[in-house]
Amino acid sequence: MSESSTERQEYNITVYTENQIGLLNRIAIIFTRRKINIDSLNTSPSEIDSIHRFNIVITETEDVVRKLCRQIEKQVEVLKVYYHTNEDVIWQEMALYKVSTDIIAEKVSVERLLRENGARAVVIRKDYTVFETTGHREETDNLIAILQPYGLIEFVRSARVAIIKDSDGFNRKLREFERLEPGEDVYENEYLNKGEKVFTM
Amino acid sequence: MEVAQQEITTEAEKKETVNVSGSVALLEALIIEGVTTIFGYPGGAIMPIYDALYDYNEKLQHILVRHEQGGIHAGQGYARTSGKVGVVFATSGPGATNLITGLADAQIDSTPLVCITGQVFAHLLGTDAFQETDVINITTPVTKWNYQVTDATEIPEVIAKAFYIAKSGRPGPVLIDITKNAQIQKFDFEGYVKCNHIRSYKPKPVVRHQYIEQAAELINKAKKPFILFGQGVILGSAEQEFKTFIEKSGIPAAWTVLGAGAIPTDHPLNVGMLGMHGNYGPNVLTNECDVLIAIGMRFDDRVTGRLDKYAKQAQVIHLDIDPAEIDKNVKTTVPVWGDCKETLPLLTALVEEKRHTEWLALFNDYTRKEVEAVIHDELNPTEGEMTMGEVIKQLNDLTHGEAIIVTDVGQHQMVACRYAKLNKTRSNVTSGGLGTMGFALPAAIGAKFGAQDRTVVAIIGDGGFQMTLQELGTIMQSGINVKIIILNNRFLGMVRQWQELFNERRYSFVDIQSPNFVTVASAYGIAGKSIDQREDLPGALKEMLDHPASFLLEVMVTKENNVFPMVPQGCSVSEIRLK
Repeated sequence: MSESSTERQEYNITVYTENQIGLLNRIAIIFTRRKINIDSLNTSPSEIDSIHRFNIVITETEDVVRKLCRQIEKQVEVLKVYYHTNEDVIWQEMALYKVSTDIIAEKVSVERLLRENGARAVVIRKDYTVFETTGHREETDNLIAILQPYGLIEFVRSARVAIIKDSDGFNRKLREFERLEPGEDVYENEYLNKGEKVFTM
Repeated sequence: MEVAQQEITTEAEKKETVNVSGSVALLEALIIEGVTTIFGYPGGAIMPIYDALYDYNEKLQHILVRHEQGGIHAGQGYARTSGKVGVVFATSGPGATNLITGLADAQIDSTPLVCITGQVFAHLLGTDAFQETDVINITTPVTKWNYQVTDATEIPEVIAKAFYIAKSGRPGPVLIDITKNAQIQKFDFEGYVKCNHIRSYKPKPVVRHQYIEQAAELINKAKKPFILFGQGVILGSAEQEFKTFIEKSGIPAAWTVLGAGAIPTDHPLNVGMLGMHGNYGPNVLTNECDVLIAIGMRFDDRVTGRLDKYAKQAQVIHLDIDPAEIDKNVKTTVPVWGDCKETLPLLTALVEEKRHTEWLALFNDYTRKEVEAVIHDELNPTEGEMTMGEVIKQLNDLTHGEAIIVTDVGQHQMVACRYAKLNKTRSNVTSGGLGTMGFALPAAIGAKFGAQDRTVVAIIGDGGFQMTLQELGTIMQSGINVKIIILNNRFLGMVRQWQELFNERRYSFVDIQSPNFVTVASAYGIAGKSIDQREDLPGALKEMLDHPASFLLEVMVTKENNVFPMVPQGCSVSEIRLK
């Protein structure tokens, strides 16, 4: 077994599904049954009408992630599952910060700090201002630390969304799925391009 | 109603519609799917379906069970012996929750079922209405697919999907929850179209010839190849393809509990049972073979014992229809994804014709050791109390392996699986994965409905029988002919065996008392007999089999007999104990 398959790290699981009530639960229990915590979960419509896309982040070994993905793909309404390390995806999380407007007005440095961290004001009211920033976890975390001394009132962060670097989307694949006799493409698996590795223990 | 029934079964293309209720549409759909028998129990939320069923008495036989768990186990027994989808009706709330054990059992043993549950009116969902339970969420982990219907127009398509999903690919249970308003609602039914494709569902992986070739190459080079086969062979109706494969390649083959009967017990290449209470040779030699060929089996922990000491020396070829099973427990050298009905003939074509005489002789050596140490005394005792094994042996002598054997869970199950002679496929019905006590009696009822021309013998322990004995009422009312053997050791025997071996004989709550089973049977109008003397056994078994109706035979067996061989939990298969 290679080193990467025994090492725990963050994996981004991308799931293409039908838009079906109850499917979120069906997918979630695949993790909870094995007592695996979901670090982040985002679900939204994909680039294709009627197809939904889940982005799930967990910290596990590749071996476990591969088995989980097969169990997810086995569900009737799941079309396709991919998993990637953070290096293989472009990912972002969005965060909102509520800070007292008075403090920002008083302390020019705060505005400078916000700019330096790529934040922008979404709402400015007499009593408070809401800033937004998008980035990796460390970046949004960093801004919390910066704002804390200035009376950060409220903070919220979104789930992660991730785009797969090496992907040409799902449109062509979907047409393949819709055929009565789907071609090999639909059944692709991680062995496919690793023929030479298959024949060794 | 009569007119409606004629018209709606016509072809879909005509687009002539007929105004029917959701309940009628459901029953029409079942008929087109080939359903003839339904196991069920009515209740408030499924009353409109039962009202419609009143008019379908001639086309759909409904068996009234005594408990919904009995209903679903009967559906499982029916599916296992007939190869068809078992259909079960239950009402909402408690009716539906009583199905859970059977769903879990069918899920882990890949049994095709379609369960229809009634549900409260759609406008009452989530209000804690009378007999309302969140059936969809409760059953999600134990179903292959489930769906809640709240509008009658969905029924034809959903039922078509349900049957397609239940029986295709790796089969499994499907539950359809139908709210009462959808059962009552009238709609324009355009006719029923069977489902044969769902875009997100891939029942069969594409067969990859490169892996077939690699597998054949490994097999042809192997000096000590060994086949493990499971229920996949039976579910794929690939018994003949499997037999051809082993006969050409000459490879010894051992079975999992659910694979029993896929080839006859007496086949010269059938070397016996795998696993915790399996045969000596197959367990020990798993750790000596050079190529392990697993066909339609999933490397359950009861088969593998300790995984890190399991067949480490062997190259592993795994044939399975479910991609999630490949590499799940045992790392595969060559994965042969696909339906074994397709893959086995491809493999047979590429393997060389061989006889592994010496290697096969090694299995026979181990068999001889096992016969001397265990089997001879178990099957042919001459003094003391009767053993479970001798009952099975004498039964074999009378049925000649032609009967369907249904077993419950525990010592009697392991003994029956080890010693029952099975000539035909679909002859072994047992709860393998879930180990559900109480399974056998209702499953035997379903098994008989699924194979009415065959003798069905249920072998049950005194504990398991008391879990579902109310189904004697189903036997009484339906008039079905099921033979029941209770092997009574006055203990919860398997737990007692473990307590003896691993808990210093601290027999904690395994001493179970039983009623007079013969009297209980007679209260249901079922003939019976209880014996405790060896000389009465052949006559009593013959009387049971010759009796024109159901018959209960209680055999008092030794109290503290242990099932051996045994691979203790946490041990390697090669550490199997003969005593």
